[in-house]
Amino acid sequence: MSTPNDRHPMTGNEMSGSAEGGMERHQYDVVVVGAGGAGLRAAIAAQDAGARTAIVCKSLLGKAHTVMAEGGIAASMGNVYPEDNWEVHFRDTMRGGKMLNNWRMAQLHAQEAPERVMELEDWGALFDRTDDGLISQRDFGGHKYARLAHVGDRTGLEMIRTLQQRAVALGIDVFMECTITDLMLDKGAGESKVSGAFGYWRETGRFVMFETPTVILATGGIGKSFKVTSNSWEYTGDGHALAMRAGASLINMEFVQFHPTGMVWPPSVKGLLVTESVRGDGGILKNSEGKRFMFDYIPEFFKSETADTVEEADRWYDDKKNNRRPPELLPRDEVARAINSEIKAGRGTPHGGIYLDIASRRSPEFIRKRLPSMYHQFKELADVDITAEPMEIGPTCHYVMGGVEVDADTQQSAVTGLYAVGECSGGMHGSNRLGGNSLGDLLVFGKRAGEAATAYATSLGSDRPKVVEADVKAAEVSALAPFEVEGGENPYSIQSDLQESMNDLVGIIRTAPELEQSLREIAAFKERAAAMKVEGHRQYNPGWHLALDLRNMLIVSESIAKAALAREESRGGHTRDDFPGPDAVWGTKNLVVNLDADGTGVELTEKPLPEMPDELKKYFESK
Amino acid sequence: MGYQLKMRVWRGDQSGGDLGDYTVEVSEGEVVLDALHRVQATQAGDLAIRWNCKAGKCGSCSAEINGKPRLLCMTRLSDFDEGETITVTPMRSFPVIRDLVTDVSFNYEKARELPSFAPPPRDKDNKRRMAQVDVERGQEFRKCIECFLCQNVCHVVRDHEENKPAFAGPRLFLRYAELDMHPLDTHDRRELAQGAAGLGMCNITKCCTEVCPEGIKITDNAIIPMKERVVDRKYDPLVWLGNKIGLRTKDNEGRTEVVE
Amino acid sequence: MTTGVHGPTRARIDEKTLRPDRWWLSPLATFVVFSGFVVFATVRAFMGVDYYASPYLSPFYSPCLGDCVEGASDFGQPFQAWPLSAALLILVFPLGFRMTCYYYRKAYYRAFWLSPPACAVAEPKTKYTGETRFPLLIQNVHRYFWYAAILVGLILTYDVVLAFRNEDHEWGHMGLGTLLMLINVVLIWLYTLSCHSCRHTVGGRLRHFSKHPVRYKLWTWVSKLNVNHGRYAWYSLFSVAIVDFYIYLLATGTIEDVKFF
Ligand SMILES: Cc1cc2nc3c(=O)[nH]c(=O)nc-3n(C[C@H](O)[C@H](O)[C@H](O)COP(=O)(O)OP(=O)(O)OC[C@H]3O[C@@H](n4cnc5c(N)ncnc54)[C@H](O)[C@@H]3O)c2cc1C
Ligand code: SF4
Ligand code: SF4
Ligand code: FES
Ligand code: FES
Repeated sequence: MSTPNDRHPMTGNEMSGSAEGGMERHQYDVVVVGAGGAGLRAAIAAQDAGARTAIVCKSLLGKAHTVMAEGGIAASMGNVYPEDNWEVHFRDTMRGGKMLNNWRMAQLHAQEAPERVMELEDWGALFDRTDDGLISQRDFGGHKYARLAHVGDRTGLEMIRTLQQRAVALGIDVFMECTITDLMLDKGAGESKVSGAFGYWRETGRFVMFETPTVILATGGIGKSFKVTSNSWEYTGDGHALAMRAGASLINMEFVQFHPTGMVWPPSVKGLLVTESVRGDGGILKNSEGKRFMFDYIPEFFKSETADTVEEADRWYDDKKNNRRPPELLPRDEVARAINSEIKAGRGTPHGGIYLDIASRRSPEFIRKRLPSMYHQFKELADVDITAEPMEIGPTCHYVMGGVEVDADTQQSAVTGLYAVGECSGGMHGSNRLGGNSLGDLLVFGKRAGEAATAYATSLGSDRPKVVEADVKAAEVSALAPFEVEGGENPYSIQSDLQESMNDLVGIIRTAPELEQSLREIAAFKERAAAMKVEGHRQYNPGWHLALDLRNMLIVSESIAKAALAREESRGGHTRDDFPGPDAVWGTKNLVVNLDADGTGVELTEKPLPEMPDELKKYFESK
Repeated sequence: MGYQLKMRVWRGDQSGGDLGDYTVEVSEGEVVLDALHRVQATQAGDLAIRWNCKAGKCGSCSAEINGKPRLLCMTRLSDFDEGETITVTPMRSFPVIRDLVTDVSFNYEKARELPSFAPPPRDKDNKRRMAQVDVERGQEFRKCIECFLCQNVCHVVRDHEENKPAFAGPRLFLRYAELDMHPLDTHDRRELAQGAAGLGMCNITKCCTEVCPEGIKITDNAIIPMKERVVDRKYDPLVWLGNKIGLRTKDNEGRTEVVE
Repeated sequence: MTTGVHGPTRARIDEKTLRPDRWWLSPLATFVVFSGFVVFATVRAFMGVDYYASPYLSPFYSPCLGDCVEGASDFGQPFQAWPLSAALLILVFPLGFRMTCYYYRKAYYRAFWLSPPACAVAEPKTKYTGETRFPLLIQNVHRYFWYAAILVGLILTYDVVLAFRNEDHEWGHMGLGTLLMLINVVLIWLYTLSCHSCRHTVGGRLRHFSKHPVRYKLWTWVSKLNVNHGRYAWYSLFSVAIVDFYIYLLATGTIEDVKFF
């Protein structure tokens, strides 16, 4: 490894400002971009398989988005319901995704998640326990059995800390606050292969070059393109954009999950997530007239497994075998749409949400014990005591089902040596992700990608793809471009206009005219972005960082809007007012997004879904 | 219901810096981070701030507000009078990088020095069993979001740079306590806690507990119990005698001591 | 060389602290009250008189093992030859208990050592080694003082029982002195049982609560008390002083005991 000695052993910080112009170079077998659950699990797998591995992430280690996950990890361990097994989980996942999932990914996920969770425990995770001392599992929307391994409502924190501590124990090199802006390709012999990754240190603004035959993208989602979102500043779709620019394709980009319950007040925290566990643990939704309205919104598809009376729904919490689930626990897309309709119909709360009430249904002790961080969050940020009053909530942009199109078994994209895992990969969740399936996804496919990348890197021997120096220069120039502009606009205002536009035009309910308008607006934003300007110098300059991220946000936003316009049906996380129902023909195909020939826009192609083998089809035959 | 908030924000880097004055429009329900973001978006595009979740979950946005270590995203403006000037500086125990951003690598180094969890093999059915009551103490400590505010406020290193090599700090004492109380761990880290981690340097003055945004009772539930456990191991002649004549507590069986 | 918050790598800020609140109030109050108590207790301990007003014995002098006044010694006078005040024979135990108490340590490190005076306020001293060396290493014997404190608690309880007599040692009487002593002993027990070493001993040291249900129960009780340990530390400090002072006033004949029955 070529790490210079003056590099900080842990953070990779190199504090000498004078070295700004110079560029560091490092050689690795596997470079993982992203240190969320997916990235860390991939790096651990790669290191375990013998690869020299680096983790690069744009915030500090342990701060990635995974830390915010609350509810739990879906895995059919059968600790609470012995009847649970991978087949039931597989079926739930496919049904939740309205059958648009990549069946193979859904299958692998359901089969491997339990062992991945057990590994976390081997590495020190302290999950909540059942009375027998096993890992406890909780109920979540769309899952037939209580299945989510959890720690109170801070499961993501437990997961990231466990993986982080494991990665540190294994001695994996970590480059924190280091952003990857370009991938390097060796296009010799007709096939393009990954040869490196280029980025900058946020702290110094210095450039850094990783020479590596494999890059695993684990950069998470895109939610920052929307105004009301549960996602953090990191969610600018970097991985999506990097992959597209390298020649890989994205699928399912029209499917964006709006979580039904985000905070709506005060404005400064609008969008912040209210975990689904509130409903799993007994919380119900009411409109301003006090009506428990979800009973009016049970779709045909889920009628047979959803309670249709308040009595049955309430009995379910204690006796799950003989009762059907309350409608509050329908998959997220259904609940989000219902809430949206109620608000539109004028039955919303003073701050434009609806009520989520657990106070009248559970004791204060129970609430504080089961939902400590929700209690804390409302108390601190909204001055609301959730043990005494209902919460006001509304839909918030939460998760993108779409992502880099990958091979189900290895997570490799169309570009050799380029892998994608976690939220930035696509396929696994189809048109709608079930709660808890993301954390499982990170672990299962993180491990697979780490192993596959190592196997490929090892197979290369010393014959590795080469970095083209001209490309490195071009990457530098492109990264510094925003400093060169005279008198342009600042990136903050373009970003906030984009967020507003996406929220209004490509939000939870979509129509053709609005989508068309959004594409026109995105084109205008692209022009404004080409002339944007940042002040100051390269050292820890958030304006500059945003300027670079904004390019990714724009291309991802365009992908979403374009795909959403093309898919003329409503399914999962994509609802078209002008095409309100699902369409059987659209149900057989994915939309694939690629960068267009001159690299400034995106183009769409349709692709048939992979065919599910007969032995899996049997799970969906109507009984 | 907006008003004009007066702020003083430290701008600079290791070569120097000072408090700059800003006036910014803020509205009801906002937190200090919102105000700073508005400064950033409208007046100082290059103002360096570290943050991620804006929900008090990631522990990135640690700084000092009116001299007190706090999370920028969890400090509501309503905690202050409208006429009051709010002073924001970076954490003062770590090397400053720029503006409100500090180099917190001290904490990551210390984390690396701690030997990790060492479990026995799984049960025969490939699962592990632990009672809820046995994991609860550890779960409290694992609420830690690694904001490092406790590390920052602790006078052992805040006021004595030279103690940094010998002192792991409250965040890591939590970790020692968590592992020492873990029902399955097979290592005995008490000697390490006292030696390498410098538990004895702590004079239990509780500032770590005062600033912890997660409300973890660091001193009462982790540091003091850990000190008591160290006494068991090192300073209590009765326990020593008990061990000699075979009167030891069975609860610690199966652990082996790890040393530096 | 400057170190600490004014060290070369830290953000350059001149002030020792930017806290605008009255952070100095709490250490100052601690300083004043503790100093007051120490002066009072020292004077009273060295006086060697006016500590017994039948049937009440001052807690500073209990058990009275030296050459004590008649009626004060319930456990004999093994140290009759001791030339100084009898209080000095036994005060080392409660004193040691409190000096090594985790709560008092916090309080006096802050108020007397200024280490630190308050959170995020720079401490004046440049060198600091904490409790790693002699003499502060001795703080680790706290649990032995706790064992002794249990004995002291029992003796003080016995004194309260004896206080249900009248001046002539006839049973079945109670006065204001009895009440004060009763309150004092309750607070002393609360303080003693909420001790961190107690919490550790009854169950905290275990790694498997589930295998020791009784000790776990005890531990949860002590943990509940422990939350208020600092409060009990203060209350019991006052109550001891008040009881002693009340007995002093009785013994010097300044006031008369209020008799209930
Ligand atoms: C509030 C909330 C609650 C949730 N609750 C649940 C739940 O209960 N159950 C569940 O299953 N799922 C849940 N999810 C979804 C789940 O948390 C996320 O989908 C998942 O954590 C994504 O993990 P990841 O590893 O793909 O990415 P992340 O954890 O987001 O990590 C992305 C990483 O990539 C890095 N990165 C990004 N761009 C770059 C770049 N250009 N260069 C270098 N590094 C880069 C970032 O620094 C970061 O380290 C929740 C999500 C949210 C927002
Ligand atoms: S209690 Fe100990 S660790 Fe915590 S701040 Fe004080 S000295 Fe530091
Ligand atoms: S213990 Fe508390 S203050 Fe310390 S790092 Fe963790 S969350 Fe922050
Ligand atoms: S931004 Fe995550 S804790 Fe403040
Ligand atoms: S008496 Fe205070 S901790 Fe023991």
